[in-house]
Amino acid sequence: MRRRDSLFTYLIVGPFAIVLAFPFYWMLMTALRADNDLYDIEQVPYKFNADSPTDANFRFLFEQTDYRQWLQNTAIVGVAVVLITLLLALPAGYALARLSGRWGQSLGVGIFLTYLVPPTLLFLPLSRVIAELDLHDRLWSLILVYPSFTVPFSIWLLMGFFKTIPPELEDAALVDGASRLGALARVVFPLSVPGILTVVIFSFSLVVNEFVYAITFISSTDVKTLSAGVPTELIRGDVFYWGALMAATLIPAIPLALLYNLFLNRFIAGLTGGAFR
Amino acid sequence: MATVARATPRDRRWRDVLEERRFLGPILIAPAVLFIVALVGAPLALAVYLSLTDATAGSLSGEFVGFQNYVDAWDSENFRRALRNTIIFTLVSQAIVLVGAGILAHALVRNFRGRWFFRFLILLPWAAPVALSTVGFLWIFHSLYSVVNWTLTHDILPGGGEFYPYRAVNWAFARDFWPEAIQISPIEPIDPPQWLGEPTLAMAAIIAVHAWRILPFATVIFIAGLASMPPEIEDAAKVDGATGLKKFWYVTLPLQLPIATVALLFGIVFTATDMTVVYVLTHGGPFNSTHVLTTWAFDTGINSAALGQGAAISLYLLPALAIVAILMLRFARRVEVT
Repeated sequence: MRRRDSLFTYLIVGPFAIVLAFPFYWMLMTALRADNDLYDIEQVPYKFNADSPTDANFRFLFEQTDYRQWLQNTAIVGVAVVLITLLLALPAGYALARLSGRWGQSLGVGIFLTYLVPPTLLFLPLSRVIAELDLHDRLWSLILVYPSFTVPFSIWLLMGFFKTIPPELEDAALVDGASRLGALARVVFPLSVPGILTVVIFSFSLVVNEFVYAITFISSTDVKTLSAGVPTELIRGDVFYWGALMAATLIPAIPLALLYNLFLNRFIAGLTGGAFR
Repeated sequence: MATVARATPRDRRWRDVLEERRFLGPILIAPAVLFIVALVGAPLALAVYLSLTDATAGSLSGEFVGFQNYVDAWDSENFRRALRNTIIFTLVSQAIVLVGAGILAHALVRNFRGRWFFRFLILLPWAAPVALSTVGFLWIFHSLYSVVNWTLTHDILPGGGEFYPYRAVNWAFARDFWPEAIQISPIEPIDPPQWLGEPTLAMAAIIAVHAWRILPFATVIFIAGLASMPPEIEDAAKVDGATGLKKFWYVTLPLQLPIATVALLFGIVFTATDMTVVYVLTHGGPFNSTHVLTTWAFDTGINSAALGQGAAISLYLLPALAIVAILMLRFARRVEVT
């Protein structure tokens, strides 16, 4: 590219990147700051003063709060939900892509539309159902309900991926004597590993993101997930632990953003490839 | 295969069923469909039922009251402000997102050094859990230690260059061409803006957070659209002498319209149905001035335990969602044709 063009590109991308990433830069600066620097209005906040930088906030977060427990709860729910999602969405996505023709296309679109029904419409009736099932305040409530948004979304992504695998490959396996399910397990799934990984990552991140169900179904501190625990437990009246809070928000954001960046192209192909192609 | 030879007739019949397309399809799809019906369809129906009763958190069933909950909700001033806020927050933030993502996607689709790193920075708001990044904004808009206010009211040029950003802002907003609605009083360094403590500023803060978190998503969808544009079209436009704005208006824009609409519709759904940003940032305050339908439904249905009333409030979102869904299907089909 010519120099002038690329300078122009930086002039556009640069300011956007600064505005979009600034809150995370600020989280990092705050997380590394000592209290006598953070709560002194005379200090310049863009550089470290007094006892900063320090790891005191991170130590406080992991030693004095339930943060570790929340990380663990989030991981448990995430892994369980991803497994359930794969179990339900893999066969359905494959069948909708291959086996059921025109009728399957409309069913696929119908399933996708259920992804548009938001938790904010369903949390009130579901809170009653959870109470009736005696699941209130238990991680099982989240494990049961979260697949309701990861499954439709994953079916949609997987449908797109399976369509890109030529059916001739399966036909060859069938001719060689494999059963249809055998062809599925030995030919189709290995080829769709990138697609499956994309679904795993985005389902997991939807779980980490979820807030409405998490604050409705769970009320005990030690059962909370990250998204619910940090805003409801670490912000208490007038007592703020801003340094620890910013550390708490930064820790999950960075690995998730790295994973997004790695799988972004496949995600877009899946999202737009199902029918928007 | 040896197993086939040893299979009993019953096993074989079962295997034959699995080989048959007519049966295998529904068998593979059924579990997912049943799950979705049970956890999306049934609760939705239950929400509609609850909204027609005076059910409270203690009991699942209440007296049937017809449309009373919807009427009561409509008559409440808080509800109407929540409805108006939902519409304002959604439309304004998505307008910002469309313009921003349009510009950013055009730049980001090119190949340049450090593209991966810039893309990482730009994706951060979308990848981070919303509830947590909104906590970050609580700190950025803090009443005493807001970095925005610090930057506005301090000399930011190194070595005492005497440049106070708030003076520039005051100067800009003192111009006559601003419409009445967004006129602000001049910023005083002694008493800097209370971003979350003053209704108009709190609304601006909420809109900013929404725009900030949807912008990366819209940008990546736009990039996908731009990348899928056949290069021949680019060449043809060049041959015909279309460049710059002209090319954008007559070539790029019409081709990008369907996918831009899809991005916009997603953005509308994500913003209008979101509860997290308002709940964490202002919790509807100050003085209930920033409630949206979802937070108002939460306060009514969970905190005040008026389940039926809350369900009715949240169901006011349904018509808007239905319209979005229909539009999305129409545009999806159009994209498929082109």
